[in-house]
Amino acid sequence: MALKIVKGSIDRMFDKNLQDLVRGIRNHKDDEAKYISTCIDEIKQELKQDNIAVKANAVCKLTYLQMLGYDVSWAAFNIVEVMSSSKFTYKRIGYLAASQCFHEGTDVIMLTTNQIRKDLSSPNQYDTGVALTGLSCFVTPDLARDLANDIMTLMSHTKPYIRKKAVLIMYKVFLKYPESLRPAFPRLKEKLEDPDPGVQSAAVNVICELARRNPKNYLSLAPLFFKLMTSSTNNWVLIKIIKLFGALTPLEPRLGKKLIEPLTNLIHSTSAMSLLYECVNTVIAVLISLSSGMPNHSASIQLCVQKLRILIEDSDQNLKYLGLLAMSKILKTHPKSVQSHKDLILQCLDDKDESIRLRALDLLYGMVSKKNLMEIVKKLMLHVDKAEGTTYRDELLTKIIDICSQSNFQYITNFEWYISILVELTRLEGTRHGHLIASQMLDVAIRVKAIRGFAVAQMATLLDNAHLLTGNTQRNGICEVLYAAAWICGEFSEHLEDPMQTLEAMLRPKVATLPGHIQAVYVQNAAKLFATVLRKHDGETESQAAQETSQLLIDRLPLFVQSANLEVQERASCILQLVKYIQKLQQKNVEVAEEVTALFAGELNPVAPKAQKKVPIPEGLDLDAWINEPPSESESEDEKPKAVFAKEEPKHSRSRHTEVDEKELARRREVRKQEQANNPFYIKASPSSQKVYDAPGVEHIPVVQIDLSVPLKVPGMPMSDQYLKLEVERRQKEKAERKKKEKKKKREKRGKERKADSGPESEEDITPAHQVDIVTEEMPENALPSDDDDKDPNDPHKALDIDLDKPLADSEKLPVRTHRPEALKSPAEDRDSESVPQETKKKSGKEKKKDKEKDRKRSKEEKKKKKKHKEVEEELLESQPEEAVQSEETKEAAAPPTSTSAEQEVCVLMCVCLQEVTAPSSAAAAVDTSSAAAPESEPDEPKDTEPEDTKSSKHKKKKQKKEKEEKEKKKKKRHHHHHQHHSDAGGEDSVQNGTVEEEEPLPVSQSHSVSLKQEVKVYDIQGNHQDESKVVVSVIFENKSDSFLKSMEFNVLDSLNSKLQRPEGAGAHDSLTVPFQLPPGVSNEARFVFSVQSIIMPQKLKGTLTFIVKSDESSTHEKLDFKLHFTCTSYLITTPCYSDAYAKLLESGDLKGSSLRLEGINMPFHHLLARICFHHHFSVVERIDSCASMYSRSIQGHHVCLLVKTSDQTVSIDAKCDEPSLLGNVLDEIKQTFSKC
Amino acid sequence: MIKAILIFNNHGKPRLIRFYQYFAEDMQQQIIRETFHLVSKRDDNVCNFLEGGSLIGGSDYKLIYRHYATLYFVFCVDSSESELGILDLIQVFVETLDKCFENVCELDLIFHMDKVHYILQEVVMGGMVLETNMNEIVAQVELQNRMEKSEGGLSTAPARAVSAVKNMNLPEIPRNINIGDINIKVPSLSPF
Repeated sequence: MALKIVKGSIDRMFDKNLQDLVRGIRNHKDDEAKYISTCIDEIKQELKQDNIAVKANAVCKLTYLQMLGYDVSWAAFNIVEVMSSSKFTYKRIGYLAASQCFHEGTDVIMLTTNQIRKDLSSPNQYDTGVALTGLSCFVTPDLARDLANDIMTLMSHTKPYIRKKAVLIMYKVFLKYPESLRPAFPRLKEKLEDPDPGVQSAAVNVICELARRNPKNYLSLAPLFFKLMTSSTNNWVLIKIIKLFGALTPLEPRLGKKLIEPLTNLIHSTSAMSLLYECVNTVIAVLISLSSGMPNHSASIQLCVQKLRILIEDSDQNLKYLGLLAMSKILKTHPKSVQSHKDLILQCLDDKDESIRLRALDLLYGMVSKKNLMEIVKKLMLHVDKAEGTTYRDELLTKIIDICSQSNFQYITNFEWYISILVELTRLEGTRHGHLIASQMLDVAIRVKAIRGFAVAQMATLLDNAHLLTGNTQRNGICEVLYAAAWICGEFSEHLEDPMQTLEAMLRPKVATLPGHIQAVYVQNAAKLFATVLRKHDGETESQAAQETSQLLIDRLPLFVQSANLEVQERASCILQLVKYIQKLQQKNVEVAEEVTALFAGELNPVAPKAQKKVPIPEGLDLDAWINEPPSESESEDEKPKAVFAKEEPKHSRSRHTEVDEKELARRREVRKQEQANNPFYIKASPSSQKVYDAPGVEHIPVVQIDLSVPLKVPGMPMSDQYLKLEVERRQKEKAERKKKEKKKKREKRGKERKADSGPESEEDITPAHQVDIVTEEMPENALPSDDDDKDPNDPHKALDIDLDKPLADSEKLPVRTHRPEALKSPAEDRDSESVPQETKKKSGKEKKKDKEKDRKRSKEEKKKKKKHKEVEEELLESQPEEAVQSEETKEAAAPPTSTSAEQEVCVLMCVCLQEVTAPSSAAAAVDTSSAAAPESEPDEPKDTEPEDTKSSKHKKKKQKKEKEEKEKKKKKRHHHHHQHHSDAGGEDSVQNGTVEEEEPLPVSQSHSVSLKQEVKVYDIQGNHQDESKVVVSVIFENKSDSFLKSMEFNVLDSLNSKLQRPEGAGAHDSLTVPFQLPPGVSNEARFVFSVQSIIMPQKLKGTLTFIVKSDESSTHEKLDFKLHFTCTSYLITTPCYSDAYAKLLESGDLKGSSLRLEGINMPFHHLLARICFHHHFSVVERIDSCASMYSRSIQGHHVCLLVKTSDQTVSIDAKCDEPSLLGNVLDEIKQTFSKC
Repeated sequence: MIKAILIFNNHGKPRLIRFYQYFAEDMQQQIIRETFHLVSKRDDNVCNFLEGGSLIGGSDYKLIYRHYATLYFVFCVDSSESELGILDLIQVFVETLDKCFENVCELDLIFHMDKVHYILQEVVMGGMVLETNMNEIVAQVELQNRMEKSEGGLSTAPARAVSAVKNMNLPEIPRNINIGDINIKVPSLSPF
């Protein structure tokens, strides 16, 4: 052994440490990878050694290699080993490595649970700290569930260092285990007022993170935060709170009104820019939330804008950036106040910093109006020219298009100008956004009918000058615009001045160098042009021109027929053949123009991108229904699972095969035509009736009243600037005219109305140059307007949307690690659990007086503790008996981690029975009721049923009486309230854990000076797949009295069917000792195993809890009766099932059916399903509309299948199960669940 | 929330990476490369905020960075963090490093990545700001270091001797090179 140690330390001498490794890597720059791989080999050797120091050193090096990108997950187990070292040095290395490379998929994480728990309760605060830090990086749902309670305890640790870490990590725990939020929230809230600023800041931090995602649940905290905001001087805390208010105000406008003043004060007083900025931001949020209600906050807006202007004018680029950012928020609701700073923003466009220029561009987007659009775009065009060949120029281009096209071209008064801008933009070389320009051209040409003539003319020019655009096709995206140009010229060719010329331009040989999809459009539209040319020359007999056109096509098309692009080839050869045929007809002097034009008749309407999704499913359409019945031989395999249920009526007739006579066919054709006429997806002559502009009248055929001041044709390439000039002139002219009218006083009402709804700028006064009809995108006629497509169903924060104001139900406890009776078999645990009760038994049995003294001591110690936070650790443990017991337990429980995790797999959270005892009484009466099991609330409970218990309880009763008599002053109140929770829970919709404590009104009796209350709750019954006859019942004991409770003994009267499992050697009626004591106000959980013979019937078991109540002066024996309700549901385990397996199961024929009908259920179907899933442990196999199949399995392997159907408030449930009585009971329980709602 | 903290030098070599959301190693390296690419092409006199970075975050996230001599300190944060606050935090972190390492320079970070991590752990925990008071951070770090020392540290005297021996054959180690205004000193051979 000694030799081994020596050898180990010699080995160590030659180990590389982290510094050596780094140095080595730096010295092997040329063959780094090779060097590192040898290092990794060495590390693997080191990890094999027993010496923990060597291992830690190796893990430390691995952490470095991980940073360089090497996967070190293979060493995960070694990392766990190092984590569990007792030395802080190594532990820290282990946790660092774990935090860098562990994640939810790391399987060894489950081995760490007990180690982490041990570290969390370590007397050394840095062990705890390191564990918390590490855990914050790799916490998994399992870890969160298992450790939530421990961390919550740490939130009240004496050391602020631990408290603040524990508070922060709770956020991660909430994310992974949302059930912990409600139980932990009260304590978290407490920490907002922690004396230590670090802890307070952490609590603010966590609550802000929570509230940001689900603000409405945190509104009730607003007063508290308001207090903090006015009292705190910590800028970090202030910033967080102010940010939080920003999230809260939209929900509660009254809060906003209150905030304005203190925030304004802060804005005036603070010197910290970060705080100022956040204040301004929140004031903006407030103003936005108020903008609908109270408009008179112009002073605040002015203040904000003025402060932001100072920021923007600052030389610090960061402030400038943030100022612009905040400005853009104001812009959304108060554009006017921002627009007055247009100069400043345009100035920012010249900034050298790209981020700032982009921000300024964003602002411009919101600043445009009909009035200044042209001017702003002109400025941007100047910038485009300056910013040659950069990504910024591309950004500018997209912004120009964004600005112009926003809200359906709302600000464009002159579309000719816009088309010219687009055409000007095509001159940009090397831009990636050719397709963007193209789509704008198409969009405008299709939707603004009045502009088509102009657009076509411009596009024809573009096509003519195509060589300018196609300079370098390879990397030039701009040639995309030719796609649009060709299509527009073809589609609206009736507007073309000279179609022949355009056709010629489209068939130039150079076209063949364009990308394939553009060529295809060229070819197709050449055909359209051809049709136009033919029609133009229609009627002229022996038209030379028409024949020349055909010849031109026949000459040029073969080039495209040879194209490598299939699309081009196909279209070209098709059209070539067509033209050849037409030529033949022409030569025979046959009129062909009509027929050729008919090929391209009809108009295309734009369709909204979401239109397809919004098409409602037509009534009676069942896409899952068979069109033809499946072949008979495969019937047994393919049959739908639904069909197995008896009540399913055959929906679809097979009459489809029957022959239909001619009449019928004609009728159907008629119907179809009718349908097509109503169907927006069929292209038809009349365009949609939807409009954005208030075009006069119902007529939506373009009212082309082109202003005469705008020349229809601009020679050559258009110059958008000309339009700007013309526009200014036009507006002046209009103004003048209006003034004239005003003088004539003919405006009267109409004018007034106008003034009222258009602001001071009087946007509406600027009439568009064209009476334009913007065709909106089409949507299916009865499309739903709701836009719920944006929500992300995978958002982890969704689960945290939990109502926090509702009083905490007692069942919502964090899982506490305690002894489980079944674990008693393992010797380690046995020893432990015996040692605790033995201790307590001794006390309770003989040395009561001593006990009292001890208790007094204890309470003194507790007082001391409150005064002096820094006590010696051992003393602390003594003063917190609960904690001490717990930590001891965890040490012991650390031994078999795998077995426990296996059990947890099948943990099914449910609440079966909730009990509470109350009874109003004077002293004497209390004695009576306490021994008589609170008869008034359970009068039907015969006392005689507990013959086994009578002896012991009578004995206790006597004792109690004696004590009570001694201390007559003491008055007791007991409260017995039987609440069968499981079946009740159905009534509460929003309950997370399925439990609500329904407080029965306490009988008011002034004479009670001391109230004694203990609660026993069964909140969880776990079935166990491994052992089909065992059920684990978790019971929470809560001490609601002011006294200390100890020596608790738990006993249940066994029935024939169910038995409490007792340790070997114990008699059939012996009580089990609850392995903990309860100080006042504390709750803890114990688990008991029951063996169950038959699970087909629900059961109620009676039980008794005896305990000793210790107060300062007295110690009394008390007894509490309760009932355990084992519902059939509690034997079910949520088990997923695939639909094919489900179908097979149903087909097997082993299952017997039963059904249930529920009337008057008016909850949404998915709620209904969720409720069944939640309360009755089912899982949904398949859901089709208002029909769903569900599955669950009992612990003994019974299959339970449900088919749930709903129609107008009636729910029918067809069920199948291989055990009819189990099924019957489950259905009864389901019925009960829904009868409560 | 802070999603990631990256420290790399002017050549994009990572000196410390700390992700508060899981990414596989190759993804991490890709993020570092992308971030370096975004940050390194910016002038020193432009603002310290950067939007985008397709790999990490999305629209809600920002890169907030500071450039000190040879090192970039980049924090990737979401909108719940105050931009200027995070800039201050970076400053606090760097000043803390400076105190703990006495005139910090890149080499300190290179050779003592673990220590830098331990310091960072006292500033940011699980993606949330833990402490902003520099004195408190330094005090906690020193207490922990003292504890480590009392346990004898990771490597004890013999190992130190060995590493001294090993160093003899190495090509020269840079000594007191001045790059710009920062002072790069020789890493102390004794690790603690």
